[in-house]
Amino acid sequence: MAYVAVKGSERAIEAAHAWLAEERRGDPALPELSLAQIEGQLGLAVDRVMAEGACHDRGLAALAVKQARGDLIEAAFLLRAYRTTLPRFGASRPVETGGMRIRRRISATYKELPGGQVLGPTFDYTHRLLDFALAAEGSVPEPAPEAATDAAAMPRVTGLLAQEGLMAPEPPSEVEPRDLTREPLDFPAERPLRLQALARGDEGFLLSLGYSTQRGYGNAHPFVGEIRMGAVTVEFEPPELGFPIEIGEITVTECQMVNQFAGSKTELPQFTRGYGLVFGQGERKAMAMALVDRALRAAELGEPVEAPAQDQEFVLYHCDNVEATGFVEHLKLPHYVDFQSELEKIRLLRREAGGE
Amino acid sequence: MGVLARADADAIATRLADAPALPRHIRLRGPETGLVMTRGRQGGDGAPFNLGEMTVTRCSVRLADGAVGHAYVAGRDARQAELAAVLDAALQDPARRPVLLATVIEPLAEAQAAHAAREAAKAAATRVEFFTMATMR
Repeated sequence: MAYVAVKGSERAIEAAHAWLAEERRGDPALPELSLAQIEGQLGLAVDRVMAEGACHDRGLAALAVKQARGDLIEAAFLLRAYRTTLPRFGASRPVETGGMRIRRRISATYKELPGGQVLGPTFDYTHRLLDFALAAEGSVPEPAPEAATDAAAMPRVTGLLAQEGLMAPEPPSEVEPRDLTREPLDFPAERPLRLQALARGDEGFLLSLGYSTQRGYGNAHPFVGEIRMGAVTVEFEPPELGFPIEIGEITVTECQMVNQFAGSKTELPQFTRGYGLVFGQGERKAMAMALVDRALRAAELGEPVEAPAQDQEFVLYHCDNVEATGFVEHLKLPHYVDFQSELEKIRLLRREAGGE
Repeated sequence: MGVLARADADAIATRLADAPALPRHIRLRGPETGLVMTRGRQGGDGAPFNLGEMTVTRCSVRLADGAVGHAYVAGRDARQAELAAVLDAALQDPARRPVLLATVIEPLAEAQAAHAAREAAKAAATRVEFFTMATMR
């Protein structure tokens, strides 16, 4: 199947875009949304667009949300397109999530853990009842309470398990990771490449795949070892300086899923981890990513590869919503020539079958 | 540089207004906005992977006295990057350094620390103690 180039209808296209602009603005009697309002009050939409657009810039993501009229996949598409116009200065040092300035940190495996559990600004434990007080505008919430802080470190839960030898350690490595934005995906894809694809993958797709592993499509017995969200410092080594400098702080969400591993001839039974890391506050995405990361490690851990979530090609070729929407939506483009030949073929078949 | 990277242009300019005037500078490069690929580590502590890019603005300047300064700051604020580069150059001068640290860098660092402390205090207020029910498994 292929689409064909068409000419004409420029005026119709202009008129359609003018109407789009009018619809985007909505009722001109109402105040226009500012980027600061979108960034501040639709922060999780902005974070999702940054994660799936694979470009951290809250202001640009807010602009994309506004331009896309709240269509977050379209917004991620806009952000991806914009990033191609910018030069690449280099790569950061890996962010140190162990040193995160924590705003949220929870564990479902340990009730008490060093540093404690911190709920942060979460939807958890809300009643999920529509709050009509928000419909009445003009209210400013009371400032959130503050409490004395202690300087207790918040070590990773996976580190606690590793100390006992119960958690497979991550082999130390400084191997330069391959970059999906610079070279096409090929298989088998090593874990760093998979994690890049998952980090920019569609939240809905990864959520469903992660869910499928819990329901039996892939042998998963996951526990949330830890979720943490907060600010990490980004360090970058400019070539002209030759030493790393701090270039800013970004908010990320990290999820460590702890999974059973039965052991093998050479290894005792121990836990293994699935890992999720996303830009911004994106807990559902980080959890789904961690589930899928662990499922994709099946082959490496000697487990049978039977379920969709364990299939590298299936997951990695289909998790990118910008690619997916491009291919699905291209069906809207003119396929007149193709369809003519299909029409002729089906008429011929019907004649041969004696139907006409 | 970390302090200047976390401060916006207005905050830097406000602090600079209290400092002795800086020498004139010329731009050697930029300010220009580009991307830095942000990396994480698999499992938090394993092999590096590419998490996604972030916008970064860089600038290099030379002061009238010959000192060269560089800045790379997250985001797209050209004025912030240029001010940071000028300060990077000026801070190399032992004669200017103490007063610039006292009037610009330290107040900015204090404001950032205060912001971080407020956030940490809010987080501390959400610290929980879960009790496991004896009848639950």
